[in-house]
Formats: sequence, structure tokens, C-alpha cells
Amino acid sequence: MNIYTQTLKRDLRIAIRNPSSVMNPLLFFVISISLFPLAISPESSTLSQIAAGIIWVASMLSVLLSLNTLFHNDFENGVLEQMAISHYSLPLLILSKIISHWILTGIPIILLSPLLGVILFLDTDSIIILMLTLLLATPSLSLIGSIGASLIVGIKNSGMLLSLLILPLYIPILIFAASAVSQAQFGLNIDLQIYLLAAILVISLMTVPFISAISLKISLE
Amino acid sequence: MSKLIVKDLCCQRGYNQLFSGLSFEANSSNILRITGPNGSGKTSLLKILAGLNAPEHGIVTFDEFGINSSEYQKHIFYLGHSQALSSELSVLENLEFLMCLNENIKKQLLENAINKIGLNGYKDEYCSKLSAGQKRRVILAGLFLSKAKLWLLDEPFTALDSDGIIIIEKLIQEHSDNGGVCIFTTHQDSSLKNQEVLEL
Repeated sequence: MNIYTQTLKRDLRIAIRNPSSVMNPLLFFVISISLFPLAISPESSTLSQIAAGIIWVASMLSVLLSLNTLFHNDFENGVLEQMAISHYSLPLLILSKIISHWILTGIPIILLSPLLGVILFLDTDSIIILMLTLLLATPSLSLIGSIGASLIVGIKNSGMLLSLLILPLYIPILIFAASAVSQAQFGLNIDLQIYLLAAILVISLMTVPFISAISLKISLE
Repeated sequence: MSKLIVKDLCCQRGYNQLFSGLSFEANSSNILRITGPNGSGKTSLLKILAGLNAPEHGIVTFDEFGINSSEYQKHIFYLGHSQALSSELSVLENLEFLMCLNENIKKQLLENAINKIGLNGYKDEYCSKLSAGQKRRVILAGLFLSKAKLWLLDEPFTALDSDGIIIIEKLIQEHSDNGGVCIFTTHQDSSLKNQEVLEL
């Protein structure tokens, strides 16, 4: 097993043994969405109109909540130092950590979304589009979030700073993804939004690990 | 024959210049002990040699490889102040991952190293359950397995009992006898033979 798979496996193992760090953002995701019918209206026509926006904002915020755990513990205990001086590629080691973050936050969000879509009266076709946008965009959320997480890793109580750094970068994803689901509800073409989300994912995948590696090296100094 | 060359190294932290014009060489079999008062730059020097911190100016090479090359990084084993252990993982899992960052080590050898460092029966224990000295021993067990020629050890004897110190000193001596280079910082007296002292 190579070191990149080992890193992924290690992060998943740590998360399984410390489930609260993974469960908190997911609970936030489910609870915040399930409160909307109580707060706004239980009417199916009202809820289905805003469902895409609600689910997408909640996904974005729950990913944001989970970003603090991406590098923080390994920074505190010195494992990141050992990764940084290893002769293996630091960007690829970081990519392994980002993939494990996506497995622990992105995939559960994708799997929970049909249930929450039903609660908000989304039709089956729109739920499929919602899952497709989440599948394309949640990896981008983890990737882009890692830039902020690596920049603030050495700073205490930096949750607010992380939000300020990362939220503006999440906005295009939010706009394209939510509009794709809304347009699908009216039977309109959503190719443009899907291509743009795919393009953001490819660009993030190719650039973010290198940017995060540089940020981490700066934070470790 | 291995050779570490440090030329005209300068280190600044904030507004404080920790050291400047620092030059020294360490050849095969050399043991270099870095001493100095708190805040004199011992840890910063080791971090520069490990490639973690960038110096203000100066050159560091090991066997003619520059500090940022992967060849240089292949040759070093660095132990910092932090233990590099995850509390959710067992002793064996932690050591396996840390050693994998350098080279692939067979599980049997990892278990042998854990026994040799005096942690018999602790291989499956979570690191959160260990004492400070035992945690230090886990990462120091890596010294039994490391094939790196240059060891950079920051306060390796911290939290260790007298038996632990004897084991580590023996390991450093063996590494030196086998042609390796060891640079370490400590505030404690050390009984290592042929050690040179660099005062910061």
C-alpha cells in the first residue's frame, strides 16, 4: 500500500474512532433543513420552490463547519511536520487528506439529500439533479476549503476568519448548483451549469493541492 | 562518506536575530550536540536543517544535495518537540504511518522496534493512554528502523527515564559507528563518546 492510500486510510480510521467530529456537521445539515418546513410553511408549493437553495446553503455551511478538522489535529500533534519533510509529494499527501474529508462529509451529504429533498417536496427528477450537482460540487467544496484550512491552521479560534476567506470562493458553486436544480424543476436545460461545476472541479483538482501545500509550509514556519 | 555542510547561516524570528554567520561541517560518524540558553535558536537551527524553516540566508547541503531536494529529505530523520502521534491510533498504527512517510517497513520489524524501545505489550494501546515518556519512546522507536544517514533530534531525552536515555544514547552511538551523522539538542549531560559541541 503506498503512502497516499495509507494517509487516506489513516484519516478515515481516526474519524471512525472519533465520530463526533464527523457527525456534528452532518447533524447540522439535517437539523437545519428539517426546521425550514416548521419556520416558513408546510405548503408543498412554497417549499419545493426554495428547496434547492435551502439544501445547497446547508451543504455549504456544513462543509465549512467540518473544515477546521482537516489539518488542525495533525498540525497540533506534529504529523504535518513529518509530512512536510517527507520526500513524498506534499500536494499529493494533502490531496489524500482532502479525499478522506470528502468521503466523510461530501458522500454522507449526497446520500442524505434524497431524504431531505422529499421533506421539502422536490420531485424525483429534481432530486436526481440535486444529487448530481452535489456529486460534482462537494469535492470542489472540500478542495477549495482546504486552502482556507491550511492558511489558518496555526491560528487559534479562527472559525470566523475561515468563513470570511472561503465563503466568497464558494459563491459561484452555490449559484450554479442551486440554479441547476431550480431550472430542472421547470424542465429547462441545465447543461451549462453542469459543465461549469465540472470545470470548477477539474481546475480545483489540478491547482488546489499545490496552493494548500504552499500555505501549509508557510503555516509550519 | 556523508557530509553536512552549513555555510553562513542566518536565522531571524520576528525582530530577533537568533544567529548569523553560522558555519560548520559534520562528517560521517560525527555526533554534534547543540547547546545554548532558551531562545538561542537550537530548535530553529534543527528546523532549518530539516527543511521546515527557511533561513534568512545561508546554504545547507548534505552529500551535495540542497535542502529542498527530495534526495536531501530521503537522508534525514527529524524528531521535533511534538510527538507526531495521533491519540486515536495505536502505538503500532502511529509508528507504521510515520515510518511509511520515509520508507516501507515490514510489520514484524515495527513490532520488534516497539519491544526494543521498552514498550512490550503496548503495541495495540491507543496513544492517548500512554504517559509522556512512553509517547516519546514511540517516535524514538523509529530510530531502530530508520535508514536515514542524518538524524536531527530536538531534545530527544525529554520525558525519558534513565533506562530510556541509555537506549537512545546507545542508538546514537551505533548510528555514529555505522557512519551516520547525528545532530541533537539537549540541556542534559550526555555520556556519548566523541561528541562535538556547538554553542549557540
